[in-house]
This record gives sequence, structure tokens and C-alpha cells, in this order.
Amino acid sequence: MARKVTTTSVAVSTAGAWLVGFLIFFPILWMVLTSFKTELEAFATPPSFLFFHWTTENYATVQERSDYVHHALNSIIIAGGSTLIALLIAIPAAWSMAFSPTKRTKDILLWMLSTKMMPPVGVLVPIYLIYRNFGLLDTRAGLIFILCLGNLPIVIWMLFTYFKEIPKDILEAARMDGATVGRELIYVLTPMAIPGLASTMLLNLILAWNEAFWTLNLSTLDAAPLTTFIASYSSPEGLFWAKLSAASTLAVAPILIVGWFSQKQLVRGLTFGAVK
Amino acid sequence: MGRITLEGVQKSFGPVDIIKGADLDIPDGAFVVFVGPSGCGKTTLLRLIAGLEDVSGGKILIDGKNVVDVPPAKRGLSMVFQSYALYPHMSVRGNIAFGLKMAGLPKDEINRKVEAAAATLNLTPYLDRKPRELSGGQRQRVAIGRAIVREPKAFLFDEPLSNLDAALRVQMRLEVTRLQKQLATTAIYVTHDQVEAMTMADKIVVLSAGKIEQYGSPLELYERPANLFVAGFIGSPKMNLISGDTATGYGAATIGVRPEHLKVDADGKGWPGKVIIAEHLGSDTFLYVDAGPLGTLTVRGAGEIGVKTGDQIALVPDPNRIYRFDTNGNAIFA
Repeated sequence: MARKVTTTSVAVSTAGAWLVGFLIFFPILWMVLTSFKTELEAFATPPSFLFFHWTTENYATVQERSDYVHHALNSIIIAGGSTLIALLIAIPAAWSMAFSPTKRTKDILLWMLSTKMMPPVGVLVPIYLIYRNFGLLDTRAGLIFILCLGNLPIVIWMLFTYFKEIPKDILEAARMDGATVGRELIYVLTPMAIPGLASTMLLNLILAWNEAFWTLNLSTLDAAPLTTFIASYSSPEGLFWAKLSAASTLAVAPILIVGWFSQKQLVRGLTFGAVK
Repeated sequence: MGRITLEGVQKSFGPVDIIKGADLDIPDGAFVVFVGPSGCGKTTLLRLIAGLEDVSGGKILIDGKNVVDVPPAKRGLSMVFQSYALYPHMSVRGNIAFGLKMAGLPKDEINRKVEAAAATLNLTPYLDRKPRELSGGQRQRVAIGRAIVREPKAFLFDEPLSNLDAALRVQMRLEVTRLQKQLATTAIYVTHDQVEAMTMADKIVVLSAGKIEQYGSPLELYERPANLFVAGFIGSPKMNLISGDTATGYGAATIGVRPEHLKVDADGKGWPGKVIIAEHLGSDTFLYVDAGPLGTLTVRGAGEIGVKTGDQIALVPDPNRIYRFDTNGNAIFA
């Protein structure tokens, strides 16, 4: 028997979904609200939700104390650059593993993923020393390099699962139709892989944008992205919550907007392989 | 022209021999069906002819020219896949036109040919739809359209109807046969369904374990099966195979009697047995009879023959329709 969908059950589940959604969204909302409070109100108990003295002075202070545009630009360059390079390496890699696998393909994929199982802090000292000796500390190139390597296994895995979904028959049909490898790539494979490429790119962009461990440890000012910019507003003493919230709001805003406009791709990206 | 000849074609995947030396001559314009149980190598043989797999040995000749080193597209064949393998991001028009576009034909000629193919297959109203907006039968027609528009030397069909429901399968079976006769183009059709094989083929190739067991017209295979495998594979329900003393009496190691060639004897003379199950279909009656040392025999009677489950009966084989096989399973022809 098919399950009955009553108006009540629809209403209840809709309300439940909104509640869960609100709970998840609440920290971000609270951060945005706090960024418009004075430092005293930000710290007050009990906290006030909406009825406080709204002010934009935190944003002014943050802009005065540090150069937002400089850090935002660094974030864009580092996240964008590492994503682009990772895709350039991952596309041919995933391609060959999906369409001409060998006996070792599964092992290689697992080995790549296993590098993500090690906590990054385990290699902090050697990486730091290598970066120091090669003059890569606090350079954008250095950060692009490490973030690219860090995300590469995930990018290859995602693309691999997407490419795997493309039926081999279709490629063979194209071969029977007389398409050369190049034309097969342009007319058949790429159009079919675009949704997968897009969601992989988006997810990697977000991961790189939010990456805080390596960016905090390997950069100070010149190459510092927004993560470092936020961290600079946290201090062991004094009142800093409102300014920290303002800085955080500024830092997450761009990626939040990008995420909002690409929800469809992102959901597919986050559930990759799970649903067809 | 589309005469396809195989000479000692072999295919191995590593140490496993899939095709153990196939020789075959398919005349121009013939409809040839490869039939056999799953894993017998019929699809592999088709893919070897298509060029999607490389042969391990032997020659494949198309109109007398060895094509084993010729890439698939240059062989002048077109293929219809089991999964249809339509390009999901292209419209029906795009799908059918793709091969012509790759061949570099001028635009107006492509359009003319695509529209002609679509008209033949009743696809004209759907030309601008995407494959996902079509039903199974329509997708199948697009796949066929893609094959015919290139005017190939031969069509290769890889179980094209197996994803369709029973009613549609019968309808498409007729359409494919009609189309092939109309175009008079050689066709090789792979199926595991012997009804499809019997109804569509001019000639059938029966394959088993990578070997061609017999090559002949449907009725030749039915009337003169070359060996036990073909005898058991062609015909539905399966031929009754009897060995032991009864077979020795006929001068054979095994004898075969088709269910339709066994009669219930009114006088009770013949092979005695008890009806385990009687199936009454109106047009036919199927009896499954426990005949003691002869094993379980299947009987097919035309119409209603008035026998029910549990009856004790006697069976008489048609003396002109007893197939005899030697100890190697090969047919003994008188």
C-alpha cells in the first residue's frame, strides 16, 4: 500500500524541516546580529536578540585596522588557484582511472584517500621547515600548493565517481558514429560531465576558502587570506566579540553568496555517488 | 553491399578463450541472429565484428576486405545497443545526425537524411525532444534511426529489445524485421531469446561456450539439429532427451523427441507414465509426465486433449520425428 500523505503530516514535516534549518543557520544569524552590536551588548547576559542599539562601528573599525580587500583578494587567488590546479591534475587522472582501469586502480584510489586520514598537524613541523628553506612561507604560491595537494584526493574521487556514471556504451556509440578521441571529448564526454565538474569545483572552492590550519600556520600578512584576517581579531583578553563577528561576517559573505546561487550543484556535489 | 565473412576468429581475455575459432559466411542482405545462453560469447563476437574489441586471431572480411586493423567507424557498420546508448544531452535530431556530422556531411543533406529516417520510424513529432522525454519504445526507435541514417553495410543489434515490455517487444520485433527487409541491408542480431531468433532470422548461429554449434535457417535447426546442444536449445518447450536402453533400441546413445511429437495413446500402448501437472491453455495443453526410467517427459498437445493431473497415460513418439545422437552428442542422420 502506498503511504498516505495527509495535509497534517505535510505541515508537521515542513515545520520540522524549518526548525532544523533554523537551528543549523542560527550560529550564522547570531554572528551577523552580534556584528551590529556594541562590544558591551555583544557580551551582555542575558543577550538581547533584536532590541539593541544597532551600529556599524565594528565594520568601520575592522576596515580601519586591517585591509579587508587585501585578504579577500588573497582568499580568491588561493582558493581559485588551488581549485584550478587541482582540477587540471584530477581530470586526466580520474578520466584514465574511470575509463581504462587497471588492477591497481582501486588501490591507488584508496591510497590517495588514506592521505586524508592523517591529521595535518602531524606533518606541520617538516612542512614548515621545507617551506622556510624554500622561501615559501607567507607566499600565495606556497598556500596554493599545499591546499591543492590537500584537496586533490577528494577532487579525484569526486570526478572519478562522476565519470564512472557515464555509461561506456555511449562512448562506444560515439566511436561507432565515427567520432575521434578529440571529438568524443568535445561533443559527448565534456557536455555529460559538466554538472559533475561544476559541483566538484564549487565544493573544492569552499573547502579551500575555509581551510584554516595551513593558512594560519604558513602565512602572516602578505599572503594571509580571510581566515587569518578573522583570527587576528581574536585575542586572549579584552572585548572583541563584536569586531570578531564583523570580521567573520565579511569573510564568509562572498562564499555564502556563491553557495546560495549554486545550491543545486552543491547538493549534488555533497551527495556525490549516493543518488543517481 | 554487406557480405561479412569470419575466418578462424579467436578472442581471449588473458588466459580465458571467449571465442574459440569462429568461421562464418553471412551473405549480403541476410538477417542473421546469434543466439545462445548468457556467457556463450555472442555479444563478444558481435563486438569483434563492430571493432569495439580487437581479435586475438583470425580474419574478419567485409565485402572481401580484411578489417581487423580498421577502426570501428571506418568499417561502415552501425550498431544498436542494448541500453540504446543515446546521447542524453542531445535532441533526437542531434542523436540521429551525430554520425553524419562526424562524417562532415553538408548541413542540408544531414537535415534531409535525418528527416527521412525520422519519418520511416514515426519519430517526426519528437525530433526536438531529449531522450529522457521519450518512452522506451521511442528511445529504441531513435537508436535504430541513428543506425539507419548512416546507410551502413550492415546493422549490428546487441539484444536491442530486452529492455522493453513483452507487448512492445513483439511490436518492435515486427518493425525491425520489416525495416530490415525494406532496406535490404545485412543485419546481425544478438539475442538470448530463441523465439526472437526463430521469428526474425533468415539464418541462425547457435553459440555455446565460444563455439559455433550450428549455422542454418530456423527450420533447419528445428528439423535437423546438429547436436544435443542445438536440439535442447531450439524449440519450446525443450526437446525430451532419453538415454539408456530405450535409446539403445533406436541405435543411439541418446534420443530426442520434441514435446509436440509425443501423442497420448488412447489404447494405453506406449511409454507408461503419470501426469504430474497438466496445463490447459486452450490452444495447447502441456503435460509433464513422470515416465519412470525415462525421466520426466514434456508433452504438447494441440487444443484440449482431455487429460488431467494424476491420470495414468501412455505416450507414443512420432516415429519419423525421433532424433538420434551418438555418445559425443552429435546427431546421427539416417
